[in-house]
Amino acid sequence: METTAGSKKALKFAYYPGCSLHATAVDYNESTLAVAEALGIDLVEVPDWSCCGSTPAHCTDELLAAALPAKNMIAAGTVADEMLVCCSACFSRLKFAQKHIEEKENIRTKLSKIMPVEQAQSIKVRHLLDVLVQDIGVEKIAELKQQDLGLKVACYYGCLLTRPPKVTELDDAEDPCFMDDLLTAAGMETVPWPYKTECCGASFSLTRTEIVLRLVADILQMAKEAEVDCISVACPLCHANLDMRQSDIKKKLGLKYDIPIFYFTQLLGMAFGLEQGKLGIGRSLVDCKELLAAKGIK
Amino acid sequence: MSADAKTRKKPPADAHQHAPNDSGITASDRRPTPRVGVFVCHCGINIAKTVDVKRVSEEIAKEPGVVIAEDYQYMCSVPGQQMIVDAVSQHNLNRIIVAACSPKMHEPTFRRAVGKAGLNPYLCEISNIREHCSWVHEDREQATEKAIDITRTILEKIRGDDSLDTTSTPVTKRALVIGGGIAGIQAALDIAGSGYEVILVERESSIGGHMAQLGETFPTLDCASCIFTPKIVEVAQNENIKLLAYSEVESVSGFVGQFEVKIRRKARSVDETVCTGCGICTEKCPTRVADEFNRGLVVHNPDKPRKPFGKRGAIYIPFAQAQPKVATIDRENCRYYQAGKCKVCEKVCGPKAIRFDQKDEIVTEKVGAIVIATGYETLPRGVYGEYGYGKYENVIDGLQLERMLSAAGPTAGDIRRPSDGKVPKEVVWIQCVGSRDESKGIPYCSKICCMYTAKQTRLYKHRVHDGQAYVFYMDIRAGGKRYEEFVKHAQVDEGTVYLRGRVSKIYERGDKLIVMGMDTLSGSQIEIPADMVVLATAIVPQHGTEEFARKLRVGIGENGFIAEAHVKLKPVETSTAGIFIAGAIQAPKDIPDTVAQAGCAASKVLNLFSNDTLTSEPIVASVDEELCSGCGLCIGACAYDARKMDEKKHIVVVEDVLCQGCGACRAACPSSACELKNFRTEQFINMVDAIT
Ligand SMILES: Cc1cc2nc3c(=O)[nH]c(=O)nc-3n(C[C@H](O)[C@H](O)[C@H](O)COP(=O)(O)OP(=O)(O)OC[C@H]3O[C@@H](n4cnc5c(N)ncnc54)[C@H](O)[C@@H]3O)c2cc1C
Repeated sequence: METTAGSKKALKFAYYPGCSLHATAVDYNESTLAVAEALGIDLVEVPDWSCCGSTPAHCTDELLAAALPAKNMIAAGTVADEMLVCCSACFSRLKFAQKHIEEKENIRTKLSKIMPVEQAQSIKVRHLLDVLVQDIGVEKIAELKQQDLGLKVACYYGCLLTRPPKVTELDDAEDPCFMDDLLTAAGMETVPWPYKTECCGASFSLTRTEIVLRLVADILQMAKEAEVDCISVACPLCHANLDMRQSDIKKKLGLKYDIPIFYFTQLLGMAFGLEQGKLGIGRSLVDCKELLAAKGIK
Repeated sequence: MSADAKTRKKPPADAHQHAPNDSGITASDRRPTPRVGVFVCHCGINIAKTVDVKRVSEEIAKEPGVVIAEDYQYMCSVPGQQMIVDAVSQHNLNRIIVAACSPKMHEPTFRRAVGKAGLNPYLCEISNIREHCSWVHEDREQATEKAIDITRTILEKIRGDDSLDTTSTPVTKRALVIGGGIAGIQAALDIAGSGYEVILVERESSIGGHMAQLGETFPTLDCASCIFTPKIVEVAQNENIKLLAYSEVESVSGFVGQFEVKIRRKARSVDETVCTGCGICTEKCPTRVADEFNRGLVVHNPDKPRKPFGKRGAIYIPFAQAQPKVATIDRENCRYYQAGKCKVCEKVCGPKAIRFDQKDEIVTEKVGAIVIATGYETLPRGVYGEYGYGKYENVIDGLQLERMLSAAGPTAGDIRRPSDGKVPKEVVWIQCVGSRDESKGIPYCSKICCMYTAKQTRLYKHRVHDGQAYVFYMDIRAGGKRYEEFVKHAQVDEGTVYLRGRVSKIYERGDKLIVMGMDTLSGSQIEIPADMVVLATAIVPQHGTEEFARKLRVGIGENGFIAEAHVKLKPVETSTAGIFIAGAIQAPKDIPDTVAQAGCAASKVLNLFSNDTLTSEPIVASVDEELCSGCGLCIGACAYDARKMDEKKHIVVVEDVLCQGCGACRAACPSSACELKNFRTEQFINMVDAIT
């Protein structure tokens, strides 16, 4: 499909940043917008969007967990036919809501009393990774490559992005490769490694930090054994845990990793030759300047 | 059903006749005025308790054309049947209705009685007032009304019935068995043993199937070769069995008793009649490729790293006891076929059996019955990414391990891990890899894996005394004679550690495989650094079964195996008369069940062969030549290949012996040119009119 700016048919999405991309993950937001612009993807922010409910909603109230996403999906439908999501957790919640509304009659009936619930069902919810692979295609990514980053990358998908497969409807749930495909096309070397879909501890980061430290340490250890320069992620929560907890791991577990964590959009952006400042490079806690300098990446 | 059935005024019977066709004469003009006798059965209390049978006979007696209506305790008894015979002659009846149980039950009984009375048996109809009425209702009043209504509709149908004649066709007393695994071999031996000729078609270069690949077998741990080789040899020596190996069925035409089968004899590039099976060519062949008989298992040979265990030449004989024991060239891997040079095999062949220019040949065989015994496959590699199946050398499947366990296998019965040929000290088995996993599209249980896993852990322990076997399982299903005891023995006496739970992933770390799993009984997560992992992969139908089934006009069940006609009552019959199934192509099955089913299929064939001729049901479809537009839609709708285009007249014709009278053609026909004998549209309209 022809997609870049100036081509016959531009891709247009209702863009749902979700809370994280306006807070802890501004760098994900910045790099997404920059890469989308480079690829000619038209992003219109969902009008008056709110939180998807995240873990707190679905842990407490099934109805709320469907209602919040439904409200956002209906709003998205007013600006485009497809909705673009970057956060794995938001993506999961929106897709789950659609499935529950479809399958659970009590939820459907209750919601239909307060909102045009069928409109929430008609919009197609897409994750950015999927859009880049399916709609843009790796050939296009390869074409846009401006510089060889020379990086060896471990693609970390996290536990939520592809699971459960019946809901997410993405790549091979247990051994996904589509992020690898994108980064390889953009000139990076990616490695097969065993922990690409292990859990990082997600929201336990705040309540049970010690669990997260152990899980994250295991992931970092595996990446280290795979001898990579950095880890690429596609979820703000994964990023937060892998990046933010490295200093704690050093302090509490005595393990030193210092592995820079990037959003895949940041890596793509750099490969496309976009300005680092526009990609939010340097906002993470683990320093990446040294690595970038060593590789001669500008 | 209208509640006011009693008070309803019924129009005269002939008001429903449809307009005559162009000739001006309707079939009904030719039918004699009906003189119907109706017999209402009490079926003990089965019917009489809920239906007022007296009233049914009284009411039906009032209908035009009904000469007598009587009720009786048991119509199927000898006196009951005699009542019918007597009434026919006394009252000069020409149509009989028995209001009783399902026609599935006693229609043949009553038709026989009617035949004895000198009437055409097809002028007898059953009004089902038991299964369709008394058994499913409680209100006596309403049930009685319904029984009257049902009988009234049958009365309308019988007015339009014609006398029908059965036809008979001779039976060719030769059988075709497709597939030479233990199922096909057993069926062939049983049929041939009764003196009939059998053509045994096997796709691979030798018969044997999966059983020939196994080491020792549960539940008795006798070696597969020891119990199987005699049978393989028997096939080769039996004069009644014509073995066509390296062959496939191209097409099947005809019908029960008279099938015509075209068989493709694939070119082996070796003359079967000249090759002595000495095997020199297989040793001298310079090519070495992974061997499908070893399921691609290749084990590192520490002494000669460049000569790993398990490969074969491009010319090969799959195993020592192969039958026919002749070599076959695998053209895709042969240097001569690929690069035009080599011919080493031809040079070393003493009897001069190599034929590089051999071509496929099609032979035609006429048979009366067919047994399908094409067996199973296991889940293809790559389906379980998280287990590294097809990615990590030391993750193997059950059949690959069987090859290691086999004394005639690549490691001569020793357990060696593929990557370095070392003896693995910690081995993990994972059950239900694919099976019972809806997300992988396999909702069913593969049935044999619990047993062969237990077997393999025991055989492992017999070979590696200081080794440790672990099994991850969901449930243990060991229902079979001596099966539970067999598994218990593995658990208690041989020290296999059974862990209830699933494995989430396997990855390589150094030279170990890290198996991450859950023990749901203790509620703990487990990581086992293993030397080798064995996956009990799901049993799936032979590839190509769908197309194969279409060729033979048999049905496929929901999981892709060939469907039996009735799960409980017709386990070896298929939807096509004269075609039977045996073994794992019906469903996953172990050897004891396979052998039993093969014997059963053979006995069905012999049963068929005990007839010199077969009579076929006359209730078949017909085509009204004047209405047929030749669109051919019905040809596609027919599951039995019974309809063909008459190219000259450009209309469809029916082959009566093939037609099963299902009526699909009639639903498909847009111009109402299809009719089913004695189930004509006109009859149905009258039946509906009778109660509305
Ligand atoms: C790892 C493992 C271990 C096992 N261990 C045991 C055990 O210890 N004890 C036990 O009782 N059972 C065991 N079994 C089960 C046993 O293998 C089966 O019960 C048995 O092989 C079924 O026999 P079959 O003839 O139905 O099928 P198969 O053995 O599959 O034979 C089918 C034959 O048909 C041929 N064929 C296929 N398609 C065509 C075609 N279109 N035209 C012509 N020919 C065709 C094939 O080449 C093959 O020769 C084990 C199974 C596995 C996977």
